[in-house]
Amino acid sequence: MRRAVLFAAMLAVIGSLARASDLPPDKQRSSYQDMAPATRAMQDADTDNPAMLWVLDGEALWQTKAGNAGRACADCHGDAKQSMRGTAARHPAFDEKLNAPVNLEGRINICRTEQQQTAPLPYESKELLALSAYVALQSRGLPIESRDPRLEPAISAGRAEFMRRQGQLNLGCVHCHDQRFGEKLAGSTIPQGHPNGYPIYRLEWQTLGSLQRRLRNCLTGMRADNYPLGSPELVALETYLMRRARGMTVESPAVRP
Amino acid sequence: MRLSVIPLVTLILSAAPTAMAQDALRPYTIDGDAISTSLTGEDGDPARGREIVANRLVGLCVLCHSGPFPEAPLQGTLAPDLKGAGTRWSIGQLRLRMVDSSRVMPDTIMPAYYRIDHLVRVAPAFRGKPVLTAAQIEDVVAFLATLKE
Ligand code: HEC
Ligand code: HEC
Ligand code: HEC
Repeated sequence: MRRAVLFAAMLAVIGSLARASDLPPDKQRSSYQDMAPATRAMQDADTDNPAMLWVLDGEALWQTKAGNAGRACADCHGDAKQSMRGTAARHPAFDEKLNAPVNLEGRINICRTEQQQTAPLPYESKELLALSAYVALQSRGLPIESRDPRLEPAISAGRAEFMRRQGQLNLGCVHCHDQRFGEKLAGSTIPQGHPNGYPIYRLEWQTLGSLQRRLRNCLTGMRADNYPLGSPELVALETYLMRRARGMTVESPAVRP
Repeated sequence: MRLSVIPLVTLILSAAPTAMAQDALRPYTIDGDAISTSLTGEDGDPARGREIVANRLVGLCVLCHSGPFPEAPLQGTLAPDLKGAGTRWSIGQLRLRMVDSSRVMPDTIMPAYYRIDHLVRVAPAFRGKPVLTAAQIEDVVAFLATLKE
């Protein structure tokens, strides 16, 4: 068993060497670095960051008993500051039961359905955003991790999705986020497209939103057929983006233009 | 080199019968690096072409290009300035560049504005439709031809 894991890890290392054309870690740049000073200031001060309103809601939900089990997140997980430290920095994580990667929203919903025995929360609902913002905050300042060799198939699938052209405009994510970051697409500076701030308060949305909502925005811009929220394709893209951003600092919940 | 292009009309039949879909796609002939004859048989209108180019939701050009049309304030830096395009290229060359720029630059990021094949996962609202109609292409070409250095 340990040998199998080692072998998979070796394959992963060889795989990453073979991907010389991918964004190199020493070139990684957070969107934060290209934001206007006022937008940065908003993210820097918790009292000014609108995302903190969701965090407060999330903290209250954490303590609230729910479902047939009548248990709160806190009943099992205790103080989130300790139990959820680093959790967002390594999600999507591999779930043995599902034999697939699960993102933070999916992980929270598994606890809703299996532990609390109640309905899953819809994507972009106030409650799911609040809980994911609260959990993600506990990773703020930590480096993104992407080590589990069982994630490799999803990383490859996500990478293929990132590299290929699609949609009526026949563009790939790679054309903007690997090859043209720092350039202007009409008025917007093209970022490298990192997942290190999610969920984000986006000024254009005037609200908090998930990484998947952001990915769907880019797919819409490419005039591509969109993937539904929570779909395995979007989770695979997230898994690849986390590998691509490994080592970067988690900023969640960040502010973005 | 003469190359006849027969567009995949069958794809269009399955699309919603909007004005745009009915317009797609007229046959055209590529001569070397140009399409010498108008897609509609008529000359385009440069004023309408200018509106299309400057409107980033219609022409999309200013997402990538800059150019001498100050009515579009936010211009991109992904592509050359369009100033002088009418000096650099003939009308036929501009027409082929608009119809399918990958014929001129195989790896280009500029979308093919009048091609509906060899595309994957196109959103349903745009499926089977070119980015611009034949008449819009002619308007844009007529406008680009006025951009003399
Ligand atoms: C009845 C106990 C129970 C309740 C209630 C519960 N969880 Fe969990 N949770 C678990 C267990 C057990 C695990 C570990 C699952 C595993 O990996 O095997 C877990 C794992 C997690 C993880 C992944 C942690 C990590 O670092 O990988 C997150 C995130 C999480 N829970 C969030 C929540 C949230 C948010 C709530 C409330 C909505 C909640 N949980 C309610 C038992 C519970
Ligand atoms: C035509 C260029 C273009 C393409 C193609 C594109 N994007 Fe983007 N993307 C952008 C721009 C511009 C922004 C920033 C928007 C803003 O600031 O308003 C962005 C933002 C993002 C962000 C948010 C980064 C952050 O810091 O919050 C992610 C993640 C992202 N894109 C991923 C993708 C993925 C994955 C694809 C392919 C499915 C893709 N993008 C395709 C231009 C593009
Ligand atoms: C997604 C980005 C993108 C969009 C949108 C786009 N172009 Fe381009 N265009 C390019 C790039 C990049 C080049 C440079 C050559 C190449 O790579 O094909 C180019 C080249 C050109 C050229 C030849 C360069 C020259 O000498 O001026 C013309 C003319 C042109 N584009 C016109 C247009 C027009 C008109 C539109 C809108 C109807 C448009 N483009 C939309 C990216 C784009």
